[in-house]
Amino acid sequence: MAKELLKGNVAIAEAAIRAGLQAYFGYPITPQTELLEHMSLRMPQLGRVFLQAESELAAINMVYGASCAGVRVMTSSSGPGISLMQEGLSYIACSEVPVVVVDIMRGGPGLGNIQPTQADYNQLTKGAGHGDFRSIVLAPSSVQEAIDFTVLAFDLADKYRTLAILAGDGMVGQMMEPAELPAMQKPPVSRPNWALTGARSRPKNIITSLFLSAENLEEVNTRLQAKINRIKAEEVRYEEMLANDAEILIVAFGTAGRIAKTAIREARLQGIRAGLLRPITLFPFPFAPLDRLVQDSQRERSVKSVLVVEMSAGQMVEDVRLGVRGRVPVYFYGRTGGAVPLPDEILDQILGLARRQNEVTEPGADYREDLQGPASTPMAA
Amino acid sequence: MEEKWVENVVYERPLSLSGVATHYCPGCTHGLIHKLIGEVIDELGIRERTVAVAPVGCSVLLYNYFELDCAEAAHGRAPAMATGLKRVQPDRIVFTYQGDGDLASIGIAEIIWAATRGENITVFFINNAIYGMTGGQMAPTSLPGQVTGSSPMGRDVEMTGMPIRMAELLAGLPGSSYVVRRSVYDIRTIKDARKAIRTAFRVQMSGAGFSLIEFLSSCPTNWGLAPYEALNWIKENMVPYYPLGDYKVVDMVKELK
Repeated sequence: MAKELLKGNVAIAEAAIRAGLQAYFGYPITPQTELLEHMSLRMPQLGRVFLQAESELAAINMVYGASCAGVRVMTSSSGPGISLMQEGLSYIACSEVPVVVVDIMRGGPGLGNIQPTQADYNQLTKGAGHGDFRSIVLAPSSVQEAIDFTVLAFDLADKYRTLAILAGDGMVGQMMEPAELPAMQKPPVSRPNWALTGARSRPKNIITSLFLSAENLEEVNTRLQAKINRIKAEEVRYEEMLANDAEILIVAFGTAGRIAKTAIREARLQGIRAGLLRPITLFPFPFAPLDRLVQDSQRERSVKSVLVVEMSAGQMVEDVRLGVRGRVPVYFYGRTGGAVPLPDEILDQILGLARRQNEVTEPGADYREDLQGPASTPMAA
Repeated sequence: MEEKWVENVVYERPLSLSGVATHYCPGCTHGLIHKLIGEVIDELGIRERTVAVAPVGCSVLLYNYFELDCAEAAHGRAPAMATGLKRVQPDRIVFTYQGDGDLASIGIAEIIWAATRGENITVFFINNAIYGMTGGQMAPTSLPGQVTGSSPMGRDVEMTGMPIRMAELLAGLPGSSYVVRRSVYDIRTIKDARKAIRTAFRVQMSGAGFSLIEFLSSCPTNWGLAPYEALNWIKENMVPYYPLGDYKVVDMVKELK
């Protein structure tokens, strides 16, 4: 298929439809509303289900109901709506029904604003609801990736009977760029054997997240954790750019990761060995690739410091520090409130690190306050 | 010639009900209403295409008592879940079973919108004027002056407002098709309740839209009354505030009869 000029939100919606989406339930919220609008036009045209719910709370429970019937179903929202959905997300995770959720992240906390941020990282990767569970979280950095990861999200949700979340930021949702949509897949005709379709010629099916005895609920949790461990082992996705011989390793995802590439290319032109590790799955986080790159720091030419760039006050940086385990300093540069870092801002950070490289190398130095970013661009951790 | 004794089966457990003991308290009318629903599902021959949605509350374990495909919803969200289940398989029969805290308090938005959309589902609303499962706190339908775990001096309507009349409220919405209030405190009301259950399912089977039955129900344990006294309490205290009757029967439903 040929490339077309597509807006991120519309591309995600159309990709979901082509992946065999059978039902969509949602509630308007900027900056994802075009996604819902596209669904409202296309789904009825195809004889599939579209419903604008009265709230995100209702939307996620409609999604929960439809997923219990064993069909491909999704919803989309932004931070404030995802917060309302957390109740349903927890029930869905415990019930082990496959669901795809799209979060087009906006500025927060609170009502915040409608500018792009990445500040839902903790919310999405650390559980997104009460109790012990994790969701697969995919972070696109372009409209093409938004399309590809949407299709992937459905396959992973089905494969593991789990929640799969597409974590785009307002930039990915709102920008237009050329991208190629997948071919139209027919929705599956048959329903899984666990679906609630009526107990016809078989024992009844029950889908519940209530397990009153400690033994039973522990068994459920053990099963969930085993599944999460399988996901950690098998579904890590990431991109590396010029990372193999990098002295300064940038870790950034989504839009921040894309901007970092420009800064890294410029740094290379200036003779600085900068490179990128871009997590594509925020959960499972690419700990092994990070570990390998930092391990190589025992060699002559290798990572001497790590710079995490996020459109938040610093959330993924905690995972990076866990992965680096103090072997090299980890610095952070972030913008909040919907401000998007310019390549030059990141380049300044890289240049600053390159200058300091010879002065400070002892582990733990990243906590020193004198290593904060330039005063005009704060947010150092 | 020897006299031949013939044994006739006069009543059997409906196939839609499981042969298990319930956890309901002695004298609680949940079990009775379960039985009526199970009988009607058998009678209409819809057991193999019916999906039930259980609430949070005393009837949270409903799926143990019905031989039906069942989902267990979050507190108050059963109508939204039922909407999802029904929209993707309109040929199935979907019902929710919800208490007063679930439907009239935390889930009031979900029930109003399911009714407003004319969602083709059936709702069984059990109003016993108290939160049973958490041990007897004030419900949105507790009566003025009613003593509960969270209104120890009696429900003060100056502070909490008057109890909410859900059947009247939902009947007032343009989207609802069949909204009635019944009870189960004596043989006559039980028979009426059974008829209404049959009508409500037939409304859904004919695609006529949203159907809801509010049952005035008893909670002897948390009311602090013996089972028989509790049935009288429904009649003497609840019925005057929540009159039994048909609140909405659209023409399409009348034609079913």
